[in-house]
Amino acid sequence: MEKTLIVHGLTKSYGSLTAVNNLSFEVAQGEIFGLLGHNGAGKTTSIECILGVKKADKGSSLLFGKNPEKDRRQVFEKVGVQFQQNGYQDKIRVDEICRVTASLYQKPSDWRVLLSAFGLESKKKRPVAELSGGERQRLSVLLALIPDPELVFLDELTTGLDAKARRDVWKYLEDLKKKGLTVVLTSHYMDEVNVLCDRISILKKGVEVFQGTVEEAIAGSPCETLEEAYLWYSGEGDGENENI
Amino acid sequence: MKTFKELLFTETKLMIRDMNSLIFGVAFSVIFAIIMGMIMGSKPAFDGAEYSFMEQSFGAVVAIGIGATGLMGLPLALADYRYKKVLKRFLVTPVSPGMLLLVQFVVNLMVSLSCFLLVYAVYVIFFNFEMRGSFLFFLLTYFLVLISIFSIGMMLASISPNIKTANLLCCIVYFPMFFFSGATLPYEIMPAIMQKGADVMPLTQGIKLMKTVSLGLPIDNVIFPIALMIVLAVLCIGLSIRFFRWE
Repeated sequence: MEKTLIVHGLTKSYGSLTAVNNLSFEVAQGEIFGLLGHNGAGKTTSIECILGVKKADKGSSLLFGKNPEKDRRQVFEKVGVQFQQNGYQDKIRVDEICRVTASLYQKPSDWRVLLSAFGLESKKKRPVAELSGGERQRLSVLLALIPDPELVFLDELTTGLDAKARRDVWKYLEDLKKKGLTVVLTSHYMDEVNVLCDRISILKKGVEVFQGTVEEAIAGSPCETLEEAYLWYSGEGDGENENI
Repeated sequence: MKTFKELLFTETKLMIRDMNSLIFGVAFSVIFAIIMGMIMGSKPAFDGAEYSFMEQSFGAVVAIGIGATGLMGLPLALADYRYKKVLKRFLVTPVSPGMLLLVQFVVNLMVSLSCFLLVYAVYVIFFNFEMRGSFLFFLLTYFLVLISIFSIGMMLASISPNIKTANLLCCIVYFPMFFFSGATLPYEIMPAIMQKGADVMPLTQGIKLMKTVSLGLPIDNVIFPIALMIVLAVLCIGLSIRFFRWE
């Protein structure tokens, strides 16, 4: 079967710093794939190179078999993206940003339905700049879903959300997954990864140190939980802490 | 079409909420016209002239609006969207750079046109202004000048790597034109050497054209300014699309 996303040998350096080194993975339709790693491990750079927002030094990415830079307009018709930091026009209101976003696609989802699903119905007329951190985070995930995407990239999807809101977002994504949505996400929360991800890749200073299922990650380490296994792979036990 | 309408509608609302464009693109020219009219009254443009100073200045005053929107409002809005990562968000959608440029073009066109209409109203109501030449020709000339000045603005926005450079480039291009193209200081009172320097600027040529048409003076030697403006527009619009940057 044709893979929804194929990343091959992706490498990106900033000066002498290699942010991503030879990253390869494939994601099948309906799968949720997690990119994990500490801050600065290269998750965001990977996603931006995969999307063609940043130019990779080496390697390639194919979304639905297409190059996102060359076939940009076709590819992004069915790809939703939530960046870690989102930029909005000054003084724009929630309903306006939703309406504008929906107008960019041929067959968008109904943003009003999404607004109430994400608990933002009552904030419709509020300027985006005046939303709380959690509300703005929910809005950014919501905007990524407006295209009614087949593939969605979520960079730190629940950072800043309270426990209830996180669970709501998980539930929503799982429902969409059942309908065939493919997801690539990054997260610092291992409970979230445990619930959502079919497969994960752990990055350490731009190099992949593990790729496989959550069970495989635990089995391949001396640890018993994903959180411990993640720390073990990503090298938290190294260096000066080793003798503790 | 749906994309264009929605973007245009929202961007227009944002422009109105922001007020800057309306202050510099519309209010400034209107106030300038009123003050100048109060000072100059119905004095002739020069001793023995058949037309008044105010009649002669109409083309120049509406050109202030074109310059402020095309060389400040338009490029700075685009540079700001790039800086705030709004364009980065648009990059991962199917929207084309041409569409985003067109929307900003039209929003600023509307500001410039409001300036034109209000200044015209002020001239007609308070200063007995009468367009001596053909109104249609004047409009055509106006749009030609507007398109070429706007295209320069769009090109500046596309080639600037960041908002600081955009600001700097806009000032370098706009302020000399603001002072020396005849938009504010009358071209006619400049010493010959200054006029020579001013002639290099596209807005000077545009203002000369608009003056000639509004005064109904014989139109000769217009091939050069018209050709200059068309070439500029084609070149700059091409460059602005070619070098459009999302980030």
